Amino acid sequence: MRVVGKPLAKVDARAKVTGSTLYADDLIFPGTLFCKLLRSPHPYARIKHMDLNAAKAVEGVVAVITGNDLPVKYGILPISQDEHALESEKVRYVGDPVAAVAAVDEETAALAAEKIRVEYEVLDPVTSIEEALSEPVDEPIHDYGGPSNIHKMAALSFGNLEAGFAEADHIREDVFFYGGNTHLPMEEHSAIATYVDGKLTLWSSTQTPHYVHRAVSKVMGLPMSAIRVVATPHGGGFGGKTDPFSHEMAVCKLAMVTGKPVKCTLTREEVFYAHRGRHPVLMWVRTGMKRNGRITAMHFKTALDGGAYGSYGVATLFYTGALQTTTYDIPAYRFEGARVFTNKAPCGPKRGHGTPQPRFALELHLDKMAEDLGLDPVEVRRRNYVKPNTTTVNWLRITSCGLEEITDRVLQASSYVNRQRAVGHGMGFAVSSYLCGAGLPIYWNSLPHSECLIKLDRGGVTVYCGATDIGQGSDTVIATVVAEELGLWPSDIRLVTGDTGFAPVDLGSYSSRVTFMAGNAALDAARKLRNLIAEVAAESMGCSPGEIEVGDGKFGTLSFEEAAQLAQERFGAISTTGSYRPPDLAGPYKGSGVGPSPAYSYSAAVVDIDVDPETGIIKVNKVWLAHDIGRSINPVSVRGQVEGGVYMGLGEALMEEQAYRKALPKQPSMLDYKSLTSIDMPEVETILVETNDPEGPYGAKEVGQGPLLPVVPAVVSAVHDALGVWIDQVPVTPDKIMKALDAKTKGQAPRFGPKSFPDIAYPQYVKVDTPHVATQAI
Amino acid sequence: MLRLRPFRYLRPMGAEEAAAMVAEFDGEAMLVAGGTDLVPKLKRRQMEPSILVGISHLEELRSLRSTPEGGMEIGAAITLAEVARDPALSAQYPGYAQAASLVSTPPLRNLGTIGGNLMVDTRCNYYDMTYEWRQAAGFCLKKDGDACRVAPARPHCWAVSSSDTAPVAIALDATAVLAGPEGRREVPVESLYQDDGIHYTTKQPYEVVTSLHFPPRAGWRSSYVKLRRRGSIDFPIGGAAVALAIEGDRIIDSKIVLSGVASHPVVAVGAASYLVGHSLDPELVAEVADHAAKPVKPLDNADLAYTWRKRMVKWLVTQAIYEAGK
Amino acid sequence: MSDSVIASFDVNGRSREVLVKSYHTLLEILREDLGLTGTKHGCELGECGACTVLVDGLPQLSCLLLPHQVEGKEITTIEGLAGSGDELHPLQEAFVETGAVQCGYCTPSMLLTAKALLEENPSPGRQEIAEALSGNLCRCTGYEAITRAVELAATRMEA
Repeated sequence: MRVVGKPLAKVDARAKVTGSTLYADDLIFPGTLFCKLLRSPHPYARIKHMDLNAAKAVEGVVAVITGNDLPVKYGILPISQDEHALESEKVRYVGDPVAAVAAVDEETAALAAEKIRVEYEVLDPVTSIEEALSEPVDEPIHDYGGPSNIHKMAALSFGNLEAGFAEADHIREDVFFYGGNTHLPMEEHSAIATYVDGKLTLWSSTQTPHYVHRAVSKVMGLPMSAIRVVATPHGGGFGGKTDPFSHEMAVCKLAMVTGKPVKCTLTREEVFYAHRGRHPVLMWVRTGMKRNGRITAMHFKTALDGGAYGSYGVATLFYTGALQTTTYDIPAYRFEGARVFTNKAPCGPKRGHGTPQPRFALELHLDKMAEDLGLDPVEVRRRNYVKPNTTTVNWLRITSCGLEEITDRVLQASSYVNRQRAVGHGMGFAVSSYLCGAGLPIYWNSLPHSECLIKLDRGGVTVYCGATDIGQGSDTVIATVVAEELGLWPSDIRLVTGDTGFAPVDLGSYSSRVTFMAGNAALDAARKLRNLIAEVAAESMGCSPGEIEVGDGKFGTLSFEEAAQLAQERFGAISTTGSYRPPDLAGPYKGSGVGPSPAYSYSAAVVDIDVDPETGIIKVNKVWLAHDIGRSINPVSVRGQVEGGVYMGLGEALMEEQAYRKALPKQPSMLDYKSLTSIDMPEVETILVETNDPEGPYGAKEVGQGPLLPVVPAVVSAVHDALGVWIDQVPVTPDKIMKALDAKTKGQAPRFGPKSFPDIAYPQYVKVDTPHVATQAI
Repeated sequence: MLRLRPFRYLRPMGAEEAAAMVAEFDGEAMLVAGGTDLVPKLKRRQMEPSILVGISHLEELRSLRSTPEGGMEIGAAITLAEVARDPALSAQYPGYAQAASLVSTPPLRNLGTIGGNLMVDTRCNYYDMTYEWRQAAGFCLKKDGDACRVAPARPHCWAVSSSDTAPVAIALDATAVLAGPEGRREVPVESLYQDDGIHYTTKQPYEVVTSLHFPPRAGWRSSYVKLRRRGSIDFPIGGAAVALAIEGDRIIDSKIVLSGVASHPVVAVGAASYLVGHSLDPELVAEVADHAAKPVKPLDNADLAYTWRKRMVKWLVTQAIYEAGK
Repeated sequence: MSDSVIASFDVNGRSREVLVKSYHTLLEILREDLGLTGTKHGCELGECGACTVLVDGLPQLSCLLLPHQVEGKEITTIEGLAGSGDELHPLQEAFVETGAVQCGYCTPSMLLTAKALLEENPSPGRQEIAEALSGNLCRCTGYEAITRAVELAATRMEA
């Protein structure tokens, strides 16, 4: 490999260090109007009447629109088309948009929006999972789902659970709560639209231009061919910019109404209302274990606070039950889950989508079972690790799997086993697994998940791919793959990405799918181009194409330019295309669409902390993170993703929380929503393990999301190691630690966390025959 | 982008003129120095002046010198960063320099002034919110509303004094010079505050703090320990300033002042007096800290659980006493 | 009385006179009046550090600065960090090499803050770098690669 695996600079880094990268809010066109949304001050209310006259009378106002102008519902999932860009009948959370103003400048738009008079009939808000499960005071938040405010339930059972529990020597139940949190991208969402000659163009800081393209088409009533969506360079996503949003719809409609470019940039507070962050999840888990630590059965129940709309929530719900089995070989497994609607900002996907919560519960639960049985927690895990090339009890196909090796490496690097034992000092260990792209698209189709087109002409090589660089480096991955195949440098490749008008479809930057899927599509297209050029070069050199050595800007003895010219002389204009569609991996049951992936990454973390028993304040000293990357396309970028994942995991473990006062976000600001500063961040030691996945591009797997997952339970485990108390609820704030220590002092259970799991009337579970063959002896 | 509403900006030639301008536009005008506290509050519309009278450009507010008596005079427009890195200040008033270095963030300390931090508005997480949020929550007593959202039982504002430097200035018996339209007066910093989240200061709105005077403190040691969630950015959710005069290993005078626990910096008079005549032994320190912490009653209007904050006051005082006694 | 004022200051070595609203912050003036969009914004309340620029060499928050406060001052924005031509500042080079740039949105503020740090302290330790950057939030990198970049640039600049 010449460029793959080398620590090369990202292709977009130079523009970013010079301030010349144009993010969405940096874009402006002559005559641009500025849009401001009016949002509901009530968590739950009926709209009785709206008076726009005063707003329209403000000098400089060009247009005011309401829900009547945008009556078509949308939503990211086909089964949850429950949002209006602007609500005209009912608002469901504080911040639900009800009107949009376009004016000559942002100040005027804001002033005018405030002059819109809305008469509300206030309804009784639903503010918690418990409230959502009980009979509502007023009507349910939505007219689908139910009973009460339940959005969706899931109940799946694999293998013989009862037999599994009967076989166990020890059975334990635990309850955990994972507080919700938000993405907090540094860049506030922004979008600008133009409407020219009946064609709509939307530039937006979105992670999923293709899905936005579909939603805009539906809401505007325009064919897809009349719309172009461009994902601008991204100031951070983390899942927070994967839904179609009200402000995107509003600027599109206002551009169509006014004929002018229209821009809308959210304020930081509005970003907290747009949210789509981590679901708060209450969890109950019951596991049966043999005396030697082997799991015999597991029953996992979840209840998710979904907030006001569907968003990705149905997928999130299934994810809270899906990936328990991709690290541990569980012979019999039952999952029951419910997502509820509440009158809070809508939850959605955040880095790890639905899996950090159960991973937190599962890892700590195993720690506790090990403690019960007097076993080493690491050994308990090892005894249950899945093996490569197996199928899990819930039909997930495991291919490459570096669990054993990442465990060895992280333990060795951290000296975890021989750690210093002292009150107030602790180390914690946990493992996890994550998808390399969702095996199924958001909407049902059999089309490729990623498509790539390469053009070769006198202007050089241009790659067109819908993949969206959100800072994770996907442009660099694509350029590196193409450069590797053509013997060039990544910086030689021109990229047109994230643009639905110019580039073929890629489903977007979510589910850690881009390196694997767009990487494979790019590889496919690049190899075809390489073969064309090699064929001509071989003719000219009088050898066979297989003998042509490609690299260092050369095809054999020819320079790339010479070879490319010969190829064009022979074939005329040259373009090649590549596609990637994952193999059909869904199991034979309803609900099997969530969880399958062409490969799984694995991460193992050790966290070293000091925690002051007098204050409960935690200082994280160091984190070691070993990650099974398959293969690093760019080790610098991979390391950056690991470090960023560790950082965000620590934030969720220690302080990040989208807290509410009843139904009102308590801290919608960068000051009050706590995220780690440089002073709070410990050193991170990254260990990369290459397992060379058989289907990944050059063997590569994901790294964007996985490394966050084990960090959260490892922190809590370290607190237990230090003080002997369990904090079964994140974030682990110092007051929780002090409460647990108080309980311990009083001789009560040394823990802080939820006491019980509600009685939820889950539907009769679907009993699924399992393909499973235990890979570890029971 | 969150923006400011229109106002006029006036640029007086001196402190008295500044005071006269604010007095003239009574209720319409506000003073602004670095603006690090005021500008965000204007953007959130917690204050809605139509005129700002800028004072940070006034050279007379930029002195930083030793006084003939051996104390120091610090102009009110000296930035927090300048205070934090001044060797003479750090030598004689380490607690004050420490407090200045712990305010907010490095870039903010390059702009924020010591006068501004002394007079920083009281804070409450029902109040330090945007207009839209406060509208959704219901406006509070301190701005636009008629009831306290934290403790609605009586019409009193419980917004919290959040200055890091004020408690240390009080512990060090500093005085402040205030310029009014008709002249100047010098008052103990301690007397600048009162127990009301709205009217938290005795200073007239038009009075300009021109400088702080620190008396000589040779033989004294001072400290400031700040409680906050993160290592940067955050306002104090508790803080303890301690000044000790020590001869040999005996304390001959002491002052303990708390921040972030009430609408004003709280001087723990009784507790501090316990230390006098003694050396720092752990039992005594624990007793003093306990005594200082006992009357403090934090409410649910700042970060983290108020029960935990209450419990932390004792710890803060203990840490600050040891830090000063080092 | 008009609410517009003429703001005059140096930006990246060039003296500018701009007619601006007296209540517009330096952030708005740079981005909207002068087209210098390299200066970013993430909160507009002085809480995130993304809008940091250098004022007379010191990192300050442009979202809090009123035009009168920068009268006659020298402002450096990210557009003025590199010298003329194609040459990057050693900090920019180091940020590119170490992977300190992910989404890039905090990058201008980090670079400018680091520049001021290295001018005051040419060989800062890890803790000093963390202190100096502690007013600039980053959500991508966990600050690790940024710290490495500042260390690398410091080493090179010292050499």
